[in-house]
Amino acid sequence: MSLLSVRDLCVSFPSEAGVVQAVRGVTFDLERGQTMALVGESGSGKSVTSLAIMGLHPENAKITGSVLLDGTDELLTKNDEQMSKIRGLRIAMVFQDPLSALTPVYAVGDQIVETILTHSPETSKEDAWKRAVHLLDLVGIPDAAERARAFPFEFSGGMRQRVMIAMAIANNPDIIIADEPTTALDVTIQAQVLEVLQAAQAETGAAMILITHDLGVVAGNADHVTVMYAGRMVEQGSVDDIFYAPAMPYTIGLLGTVPRLDHKSGEALPILEGNPPSVVNLVPGCPFAPRCPMAIDKCHESEPELTATGETQAGHLSACWRLEETKGLSHGDIFEVPVVRRNELTTLPRDERDTVLDIKNLHKHFPLLKGAIYRRQAGVVKAVDGIDLDLRAGETLGLVGESGSGKSTTLLEILELMKPTQGRIVVLGNDTAQLSRNARRSLRKDIQVVFQDPMAALDPRLPVFDIIAEPLGAFGWDKAAIEERVFELLKIVGLQADHADRYPQHFSGGQRQRIGIARALALNPRILVLDEPVSALDVSIQAGVINLLEQLQQELGLSYLLVAHDLAVIRHICDRVAVMYLGNIVEIGDVEDVYEHPLHPYTQALLSAIPIPDPKVERERQRVVLTGDMPSPADPPSGCKFRTRCPKFLSLDADSQARCVGVPPELSVAGADHNVACHYPEVLRVI
Amino acid sequence: MARYIALRVLNYTVLLFVAVSLAYLLAASSLNPRQIYALRQPPVDPDVIETILRNCNISDNVPLLERYFTWLKNIFTEWNWGCSPTNGSVNAEVSVRVWVSLRLMIIGTLGGVVTGVLVGAWAATKQYKAPDRVYTLASLFVICTPSFVMGIVAQILAVKANNALPWRIFEFVGETGSVDDYPMAAFVDRLQHLLLPTVVLILVTSAALSRIQRNLMLDALGADYVRTARAKGLPKRKAVMKHALRTALIPTGTYVAFTVAGMFVGATYTERVFSFPGMGQYAVDAILKMDINAISAVTAFAGVCTMCGAILSDIVVAILDPRVRLG
Repeated sequence: MSLLSVRDLCVSFPSEAGVVQAVRGVTFDLERGQTMALVGESGSGKSVTSLAIMGLHPENAKITGSVLLDGTDELLTKNDEQMSKIRGLRIAMVFQDPLSALTPVYAVGDQIVETILTHSPETSKEDAWKRAVHLLDLVGIPDAAERARAFPFEFSGGMRQRVMIAMAIANNPDIIIADEPTTALDVTIQAQVLEVLQAAQAETGAAMILITHDLGVVAGNADHVTVMYAGRMVEQGSVDDIFYAPAMPYTIGLLGTVPRLDHKSGEALPILEGNPPSVVNLVPGCPFAPRCPMAIDKCHESEPELTATGETQAGHLSACWRLEETKGLSHGDIFEVPVVRRNELTTLPRDERDTVLDIKNLHKHFPLLKGAIYRRQAGVVKAVDGIDLDLRAGETLGLVGESGSGKSTTLLEILELMKPTQGRIVVLGNDTAQLSRNARRSLRKDIQVVFQDPMAALDPRLPVFDIIAEPLGAFGWDKAAIEERVFELLKIVGLQADHADRYPQHFSGGQRQRIGIARALALNPRILVLDEPVSALDVSIQAGVINLLEQLQQELGLSYLLVAHDLAVIRHICDRVAVMYLGNIVEIGDVEDVYEHPLHPYTQALLSAIPIPDPKVERERQRVVLTGDMPSPADPPSGCKFRTRCPKFLSLDADSQARCVGVPPELSVAGADHNVACHYPEVLRVI
Repeated sequence: MARYIALRVLNYTVLLFVAVSLAYLLAASSLNPRQIYALRQPPVDPDVIETILRNCNISDNVPLLERYFTWLKNIFTEWNWGCSPTNGSVNAEVSVRVWVSLRLMIIGTLGGVVTGVLVGAWAATKQYKAPDRVYTLASLFVICTPSFVMGIVAQILAVKANNALPWRIFEFVGETGSVDDYPMAAFVDRLQHLLLPTVVLILVTSAALSRIQRNLMLDALGADYVRTARAKGLPKRKAVMKHALRTALIPTGTYVAFTVAGMFVGATYTERVFSFPGMGQYAVDAILKMDINAISAVTAFAGVCTMCGAILSDIVVAILDPRVRLG
């Protein structure tokens, strides 16, 4: 008897466009102590599945099927009153966004106490409070007794997610549903939170449903995997089956498109053409058929059922009409791998290329103001505290680090083209401090930006043509030339000419990002600043955008300055990488050298925090997990700013530690193109 | 907290002084009380007019700044807000009218706020269902109706009700009427007079406020933390009352505090229709009669009300929202 058996769960909602068939026939069993991952892209129905199990779906949802707890207790027929006796006691949930999932006006201790008292009203308030403090301590909140009285806004994102986990395990639930528990967090914090989740699971012996789109997280945490596509289960099996013997072309394609942290192919990323279908008014046939190179007529006519693949162990199911033929195929066998045409510029040695961007000793300080009536300066936030960077023609430099490390501030300072707080920014030979108004304006043509969120960055009330034409108009192009250029740009970024008169909301995320890129390219810039260009996109979409960026670089000789939190993406597209911590660069150099021989303990921790989508590798990996959060940039530690979280620092003797406390380390040469700012650098392979 | 509020009060006091001074200077330089006497038959002797005006410190033959300083001196040394040739002492008028306004407004406003918040929050939980649709229609109807129309319609209905019933329930002229001689009769009489204007005030206040509260509540209902509360095992009703309503009340705190302040001088129509000689009436009369001192006093009173409202809202928001208290 399974702890939880879900049978043929279907969820649909009415909408103005028609019935949204969000989930169609999900079936699985969950056993005690096990973790099952629900994997899929946005809109695949994984979150709706979990909410339906919890009974937290929107009231207008229509649900059929069966969800049995302990093999006998049917959850779908229960009303809200009855379900609330199960929620939080038997099944608990951890939500995605810890910033909004806690009630802002109650202390976190009180919120945990509420969870306990709701299910055992006979417990005294004092006992419940003691248990809350104990739980906070368990999930790794320092000074738990003290911090239990604090309010959610006084915690960082990672700490709030710990509170959420403490709340979820308060009543020793049998099942924990974690809905994208680490998506909103930094990679270092993600590693911490995943560890806490595992510890919490071990402590309570609970089963877990882990909902995520990150295949790396799946590889390291799940026992079983269910892959969803367009509301449908397309493959199900043990984690090894899914990763080493995927049978459905979608699974094969998805695994193939993920950039890998642990090796660089030097080639274009394999891609999955097209977009997931809309789940409103579904056409008959396999939903993946329009994107599947192996699709035959039958695939377009009727939808395949989940069937046993038969080859590996029992329980590996896959929904594909051509199951016999997909056996043993890899991504390259099914999907076309695009080829990036090389440009002679990129074969030129780095020293012989022009420097397009040169930054010396850049500082950006923000005053910290205090006082209700008389605002007075109470301190300085040193967001960027003395960095040197140079970018050569046709190369890509990646900036990485946790939130608050100064990456975005650096980008904004460069884009501003003004005199910085201190230091020098030279763009294409022009010192920004000495530019006249006109020169500054015309220099803007040469340095353009692509933003993270393609929806927020495009004016929803302008058609695509106007969006792309706007920079051209601003620089006085005439009408005919603008029209010609816009259609040329649409072609360059892989959109069609008839897209020009549509509005941004008619496009998918990947297409919107292409529009953003076309806009940035309109004036033929030499430098493109990319702020997390693919982090808002689904896995199968981001590969296409990354390839486009690479192709454009080769064709147009662009230089990229790129900020990304996904270190696998950085490894794939960057030539060089700079690791930032609290406004300083701690390690910089050739991306291969830095990834293969990381010298700074922070770089090692960052790399080690990235999960690799390979279960065997993940099981054997030793993690360098950082403790705690990044200190406030308003009050950084003395000497080496990283020493408060540094694993290396702890291993040093007192005399050596004194140097870290007293002397800020300077960047020093550690290789041909590899500098590091650490007093005791030592190579540690973490990938 | 006390320090924070003390600073706020200091801040508002300076602002209030500036605002009232500007009001005085504007009124004193643009209004001409001498005109009141221009059309008198038989004509009044100019010397007599001048003496009357000078007694009230409103003669335009005295330089503006001199009048201003005299006015200030009287206020600060004797708490004397001046007088007018037609209405007598401002102090005397205001000291009576403030209480009239207060008696009229306090129940109506408080009732309106509580009703508005509850109805708005309740309607939000029933979004797009029948009760919400009916409520939306009703509230928009009330908002669209001018308050004097509401007052008069209420009076007409009250007369019909009084005629149909064996005894008079509704009284709606002035604050008091003929009092019987049973115990508490005077009190009951006052309540009877208050009933109708209070109902009108509650309707007007709550209709607008409930629209705001409904929208705030809708945001809060969709918030992730309400879902978290339900995931913890709170039934929907409890999750809504404890987690959604509390957060949705924070912006209302600010809004209400300022509305309450505005009501003391803003309920002119209600006062007129129900013949309550309150501050709102006084403000309109003062302008019609070119009563410079009264206008300044009314401005000052309105300013003090707003200031109290602002401080009240600071306190209320600080109580409701720990981010303000501690952040």
